[in-house]
Amino acid sequence: MSKLLFNEKDVVAPGEILAEGMDYLPGPYTYREGEMIISKVIGLVNISGRAIRLTPLAGPYLPKIGDKIIGKVIDITISGWRVDTNTAYSALLNVKDATTRFIKKTEDLSKIISIGEYVVAKIYNVTSQNLIDLTMKEPGLHKATGGRVMGISPQKVPRVIGKSGSMIILVKSKTHCEIDVGQNGLIWIKGAPEGEYLAEKAIKFIEEHSHYDGLTDKVEKFLDHELGADKNQQPKEQAQPPNEQKQQSKEQDQPQEQDQPNLQDQQNQ
Amino acid sequence: MAYTQRIDGRKVDELRPMEAKVGMIPNADGSAYFKIGNTIAYAAVYGPRELYPRFLQNPKTGILRCHYNMMPFSGSGERIRPGNKRRAQEISMVMNNALSLVLDLTAFPNSVVDVFVELPQTDAGTRCAAISAASIALADAGIPMKDMVSSVAVGQVDGTVVADLSYGEESYPAIVSDIPVAILNNTKEICLLQMDGEISKESLIKALELAQTATAQIYDLQIKALKEKYRVEK
Repeated sequence: MSKLLFNEKDVVAPGEILAEGMDYLPGPYTYREGEMIISKVIGLVNISGRAIRLTPLAGPYLPKIGDKIIGKVIDITISGWRVDTNTAYSALLNVKDATTRFIKKTEDLSKIISIGEYVVAKIYNVTSQNLIDLTMKEPGLHKATGGRVMGISPQKVPRVIGKSGSMIILVKSKTHCEIDVGQNGLIWIKGAPEGEYLAEKAIKFIEEHSHYDGLTDKVEKFLDHELGADKNQQPKEQAQPPNEQKQQSKEQDQPQEQDQPNLQDQQNQ
Repeated sequence: MAYTQRIDGRKVDELRPMEAKVGMIPNADGSAYFKIGNTIAYAAVYGPRELYPRFLQNPKTGILRCHYNMMPFSGSGERIRPGNKRRAQEISMVMNNALSLVLDLTAFPNSVVDVFVELPQTDAGTRCAAISAASIALADAGIPMKDMVSSVAVGQVDGTVVADLSYGEESYPAIVSDIPVAILNNTKEICLLQMDGEISKESLIKALELAQTATAQIYDLQIKALKEKYRVEK
């Protein structure tokens, strides 16, 4: 007789027995020991049919093929760039994967991307030893010029993006910022300074409340409250120019906003 | 038997009051605070991250590095000189051995997970507090591990087998033995066993049985602390 010892969406710690008996199968982040299925990480229980899966609540990022990540260029090699991926492993971005333009042998690579700059790139290959190859030859991938980069826990990234990008679209539209979310937990935000600040605050809010239900509504309320508070604090004469700027940047951002959700859809699949 | 009443009035199998918290150090990937009586341990976990020097890298698995440190003011008043010491090195090593047993770092070849444990106040049982705190911090960092490690000291003071000795008991003017034990909760495997002093075979078996129930209490607290972080406020 098999029995489950936890319900759907319960929080479990490593070493806790999730189920007894052979009727259930150990899914990701769990293992079988004799008759028991035991948790390996702190996570949420997710029962799908006979398999018991865990959605980790914390933990390092594991590079996967097809993930969009944000990385910092730390070195320039003979044929490309070495990129810090915010994990234990650095990635290689080859010249031929960085740009569609022809680059001469003698060209100075630091003129294209210099050390310290961030890139939004996609992982196209990972080996068993976690050696990572990046590419930027796809729509939506670019060098991150301007703006700011912030970090969150990589396990919270799906919540920041939301179901088919709903959450990130909300933050983008309310703050009028361009936002790129890397699966490795780095987020690039570009917009008006107040917008950037607010977007950063909102993403931190999402990270803190990631295990709550109905998060999108909570974030919308939070953003509306913050926007309201902003307007009340600013004196009337100063309030006018930033508003105009915001409207302008909104118009500029619109075409990109339409592009972005599709990308995120691909990512979620 | 001479030792019938414990110095602080506890029952023989009673632990000192305990407290555990998670996420005390926001900069770290995982952190924990563990207090048992007057012994306080803070643990911070960083990683998996790149491991240097490179000759330490293991291409088959990630490795664990533990750093144990008593703060200069943490003892009875005598300043503890900072820096690497033989005792700290030994405790770092036994911590490493105890915790490596549960960690699964095969997904992170060539990398390292660093565990730093600092003790701002000590009153016996520091290596046990350090292991218990480090175990919570590793779980908080989301590093795959097959079980939690719970640790406590047991021993015999003047013929009486007791759990969780305080410094007063460790230095009791009679025959005393102090046995730090770390146990995995599911399998009851022992992953740390050291001893100071002398004890008979029968008493040792009795003490180890006592350690099982004592570590079970610590385990409950560790799990409670971990889950507290993700409690949903209504």
